[in-house]
Amino acid sequence: MTAIGKDVPRKEALDKVTGAVKYNDDINEPGLLHVKMATSTCAHGIIKSIDVLSAWNVPGVRAVVTGDYLPVMTGSVIKDRPPIAINKVRYYGEPVAIVVADTEHEAQKAANSIKIEYSPLPMVKSPKEALVKGAPLVHEKLGEYKKAIDDVYPAAGTNVADHSKIRKGDMDKGWSECDVIVEGEYTMPKSDHIAMETRNVRVKIDPDGKVYVSSSTQCPHGIKDTLATVFSLNEGDIIVNAPLVGGAFGGKAPVNLEFIAYIASRAVGGRQVKLANTREEDIATSPTKIGLEAKVKLGATRDGILKALELKYFVDAGAYSDTAPRMAKTMASNGTGPYNVENVFCDALCLYTNNPYSTSFRGFGNMGHTFCMERTLDKLAVALNMSPFDLRLKNAISPGKGHTSATQVKITKSNTGDLAKCIYKINELIKLDDDLRVEVAKDKVIARGMSCIWKTSASNTDAISGAIIVFNKDGSLNLIVGVMEIGSGVKTGLAQILADKMNMEVDQIHVQMPVNTESSPKHWKTVASMSTVMAGRAVLSAADDAIRQIKDLGSIVLRVDPSQLEIGGGKVYMRSDPDNYVEFKDMVHGFKFRGGNSIGGQIIGKGTYIMENLTILDRETGKGRMGPAWTVGVQAVEVEYNTKDHTYKLVKAATVMDIGKIVNPKTAKGVVMGGMSMGLGLGSREGFLYGSNGGILNDSLRTYKVMRFGEQPDYMVEFIETPAEDGPYGARGLGEHGILGMPAALANALTRATGVELDQVPIDAELIWQLKTGGYV
Amino acid sequence: MIPFDFDYYKPDTLLEAIDLFQDLSEQGKMPMYYGGGTEIISMARANSIYTGAVIDIKGIPECCEFGFSGSNLVIGSAITLTKIVESGLFPMLGITIGRIADHTIQGKITLGGNLAGTVIYRESVLPLLISESQVVIAGNYGTRQAPISELFDGRMRREPGELIVKLIIDSTYTNLPFFHRKTTKIDKIDYPLVTVVAMKKDDRILAGFSGLCDHPFRSIEMEDSLNEKGLTREVRIKNAMSHIPAPVQEDIHGSGNYRRFVLNNILMDVLKM
Amino acid sequence: MMQLCGTDTIELEVNGEKRKVTVRAADTLLHTLREKLGLTGAKPGCENGDCGACTVLLDGWPIKSCLMLAAEAVGHSITTIEGLKNAPMQKAFFENWGFQCGFCTSGFIMTCHALATIHPGADDDTMADWLQSNICRCTSYEEIQNAVKQVLGKGDSSGVQGVVSMKEK
Ligand SMILES: Cc1cc2nc3c(=O)[nH]c(=O)nc-3n(C[C@H](O)[C@H](O)[C@H](O)COP(=O)(O)OP(=O)(O)OC[C@H]3O[C@@H](n4cnc5c(N)ncnc54)[C@H](O)[C@@H]3O)c2cc1C
Ligand code: FES
Ligand code: FES
Repeated sequence: MTAIGKDVPRKEALDKVTGAVKYNDDINEPGLLHVKMATSTCAHGIIKSIDVLSAWNVPGVRAVVTGDYLPVMTGSVIKDRPPIAINKVRYYGEPVAIVVADTEHEAQKAANSIKIEYSPLPMVKSPKEALVKGAPLVHEKLGEYKKAIDDVYPAAGTNVADHSKIRKGDMDKGWSECDVIVEGEYTMPKSDHIAMETRNVRVKIDPDGKVYVSSSTQCPHGIKDTLATVFSLNEGDIIVNAPLVGGAFGGKAPVNLEFIAYIASRAVGGRQVKLANTREEDIATSPTKIGLEAKVKLGATRDGILKALELKYFVDAGAYSDTAPRMAKTMASNGTGPYNVENVFCDALCLYTNNPYSTSFRGFGNMGHTFCMERTLDKLAVALNMSPFDLRLKNAISPGKGHTSATQVKITKSNTGDLAKCIYKINELIKLDDDLRVEVAKDKVIARGMSCIWKTSASNTDAISGAIIVFNKDGSLNLIVGVMEIGSGVKTGLAQILADKMNMEVDQIHVQMPVNTESSPKHWKTVASMSTVMAGRAVLSAADDAIRQIKDLGSIVLRVDPSQLEIGGGKVYMRSDPDNYVEFKDMVHGFKFRGGNSIGGQIIGKGTYIMENLTILDRETGKGRMGPAWTVGVQAVEVEYNTKDHTYKLVKAATVMDIGKIVNPKTAKGVVMGGMSMGLGLGSREGFLYGSNGGILNDSLRTYKVMRFGEQPDYMVEFIETPAEDGPYGARGLGEHGILGMPAALANALTRATGVELDQVPIDAELIWQLKTGGYV
Repeated sequence: MIPFDFDYYKPDTLLEAIDLFQDLSEQGKMPMYYGGGTEIISMARANSIYTGAVIDIKGIPECCEFGFSGSNLVIGSAITLTKIVESGLFPMLGITIGRIADHTIQGKITLGGNLAGTVIYRESVLPLLISESQVVIAGNYGTRQAPISELFDGRMRREPGELIVKLIIDSTYTNLPFFHRKTTKIDKIDYPLVTVVAMKKDDRILAGFSGLCDHPFRSIEMEDSLNEKGLTREVRIKNAMSHIPAPVQEDIHGSGNYRRFVLNNILMDVLKM
Repeated sequence: MMQLCGTDTIELEVNGEKRKVTVRAADTLLHTLREKLGLTGAKPGCENGDCGACTVLLDGWPIKSCLMLAAEAVGHSITTIEGLKNAPMQKAFFENWGFQCGFCTSGFIMTCHALATIHPGADDDTMADWLQSNICRCTSYEEIQNAVKQVLGKGDSSGVQGVVSMKEK
């Protein structure tokens, strides 16, 4: 009866195809006030004056608020960001004032009328500029900011928000063993999540001090914790409700609009307010993906054994740090990719610039290091005159060979799975051990490129999850977890896990879709591809708890020891005689004997989970365990390149990944393909372009391009199952991973096709033309 | 969401529309004719335009004419791009406007709105320029008709209050061999990097360009160069490119030099017509 | 002559029902459907005509309701996702995992449903042409393609109650 490994449709699928599903902004309450922001038109400057008079004159306006109304500092790593700018603006698009009005258009009209004057300061527009001696300081008072965590090391008087180091092995020895050394420099621009649902939130504050928040978020419990800390409230007074989310990709993990909406509600006596980003605000005002500049030096012996690796990452955090330091750290700790390298030296600098600030983005930095390492491996393969396929296979990280990660974690079968198996498998989908560049017609070249991937989470060392199971009178179950359904199908996967454990049909499991912090157990954050693993473990433990109670009660009714009982099909029965049973429906709300007397009460299963054995990394060497099991895999892309006009088509894209256990094949495949699509978008078209004033030029979907229908290649996705001992049924994370190697595989394929080194993304025909011709006609 | 208020009128006759425009102007309403509204709504939302009243022309019979009339094809200004595409009556126009925006938006954009709009591409003008169409315009004086080449100098020249009523195309042009290519930075759905529409009439190539400069155009000088028999294709193209009538665009879609490279490639194919 | 000055009441035909609704002349159809008529199936993904999340049918043809005024819709019949009842396209999206977060889904289904109704024999190019009007950030589009092909392949749109009339635009 197991539901594991079955294509169970999403529990909310019918609601989604009928339009009945409610996202946060679909819920509208009468009397709601609307908030609109006036945002900065200066990327770096002192706010000289804010003239709000004209805004007050717009009919319907209830409040106009500037940063000094409720000055607080926020940040999950460094508390460096006021939700509404105070004294100074640090990026174009930063909120400077807000208006609360009866209707949305009145609020907008008033916000448009606010006049703000700035005295501009010199801008820092790239990591390189941030590091120049005497560079303008984005944060003059960096040294005075409070830290939200211990292991972050901002350098006062500089633009360095954090510096993560890896010192593994002996570099001198490593280089001396190398016969071939290659180097590369890489860049990836900042870009946006583009969840189709823009961020939006409603907040009201009741007279008794209760704060009601309703948000499109990946992190309802985080909102509760954070608002309590930032505004000195009682956590128990904050109730966060979070319905289904219309795409998130990391962008809805941080607390963002919630701060402003809370301030706005305070300003109108606690009335309910709504703040919903326009697409332009979602891109230019709310946090984005980090940018990256990097230098890589990699050496190997003549037979292609990697010996030494030096990595320098310069991460463009933007105006505020948010989680960018953690992503820089992630790059440092995983920068080798899934390869064994004995000697590793890495400096990852997380830098402030006057670009929009960053937050977590699908892959959490792992796409960045993958691009750098995988491009460099292809350069090494050329230098060694070895096939890129063999080079990767030769160095694939594997258990039992004394391999360790850059942070010196011992590699085991459980914590890394089987990369070699993935590499062999992908070769059946896209031939990679063969000629990777073929001229198929006069102007046409077919070329292939590959990239290995790996990722583990970079969660807090004490991240938790929980699950509660209650029963209906008909014997079916309600599962309540704190995980958000953001499109990954996680809640259906959890229902499958529970159905399997309870040995029942999955349609007998009902899952609570919205999360409410008052009634749903805390789940750290729906990020890091850890939801199925963490919440899955909590669900299993809750199921154990419920089963124990069912068997205890069953043993009384059936008059046998609990050890003699089994459960299945909504019954508890005697193993020796399955016809001797009690149905769940007759016992989950208490068992009533014939005479009317009852025992048992209602059955409520509870389960919890906490990440185990994670440590913070040593400041000097990076030694430590940052995440639980890695998920490894390999990706490949086939392109058709037109040598005449330098355009190209995406022909095929493949992924083989070791996900430990496939809970729902169709869903898993879909999530991986979605990641691949996004990765191809980043490789081929996505990235911010800035005007001379520092503002984003492509801040709408007219100009910020994402993949559209018809541009997709043929996708091929296969899975390997090497269980992770600590995952539910051996499952590993997979939600983000599809994106990781796509930019690298694409750039590798196109480098081969074009004959020019493509060390930056996005790669379009003009870039290729420029590199090939120098940009002259 | 549009941050300001305006009034909406949908007149039933041309006369009503013209009078209304005048009245509303006198009231200081800064009225605008409203075709598909795609540009008006998006620019109003972004606060880039203001109007106190819109006059929807989709109820005016003359603006909704569509079909052959004698030896002419008549297309009312309120006809949507989709309707023109689906009709198949003028393939060169159909193919060109079938690449403006996306399919769904094409069901909303009107021919008149695209011609009169502010977007620098207005690709629908290209087939109309090279097929030497006539434009019927209405004003408080009644209506007038003029060749599009006289009215269009990068923009449709009109007096305030003048309404584009319809386009008239000599039907001999609707079946001539033609060439269309829209190139974009990378996505199919995007503004053009360079769009070229060309047609062969009496062994002469006629061509219009969008995306190349800050307005769409047809250039007789460029056509002359392209048609200069006896020279190699390369030289003809080189000469044509030296007659581009305005600075070549440099923007987020592409650099000027890249646009020249792209144009060069397209013209090679045009000359193979 | 129809006119709507400032804020006024108009009558719209939505999903076969006549609905009276008070709107500003400057209100978009998307805003009116969502905020005034409680039909939240159509979504605001950009309010700029780019994403297609707001797609509804006007006399059977897809339109982006963010680029249409409510006033313009008077006299036309509007179909939203809520007006589709067991349309084959809904089933096909369900069966082919044609969505993840679901935010683009109503808009996509409306475009695809109109395609299957208007051009039941659409070839791949026509399909691409129509579907490029919508953006999905979650899926790879392959799933959506499978769903549409499943319906187009059958070449019938029986059981469709959504499209009230198939007048020409
Ligand atoms: C997603 C998207 C993508 C786009 N991509 C392209 C593209 O690739 N290429 C391209 O060329 N354009 C493109 N556009 C711009 C589009 O061309 C304009 O929005 C459209 O042409 C305007 O047409 P409309 O009928 O909606 O005009 P409206 O918005 O109704 O009007 C536009 C202007 O024309 C005036 N006007 C309208 N009709 C008349 C008339 N009959 N007489 C006199 N004045 C009139 C109006 O007063 C207004 O000033 C795109 C638009 C969108 C939304
Ligand atoms: S909301 Fe209408 S197209 Fe995006
Ligand atoms: S399913 Fe999320 S945008 Fe399409």
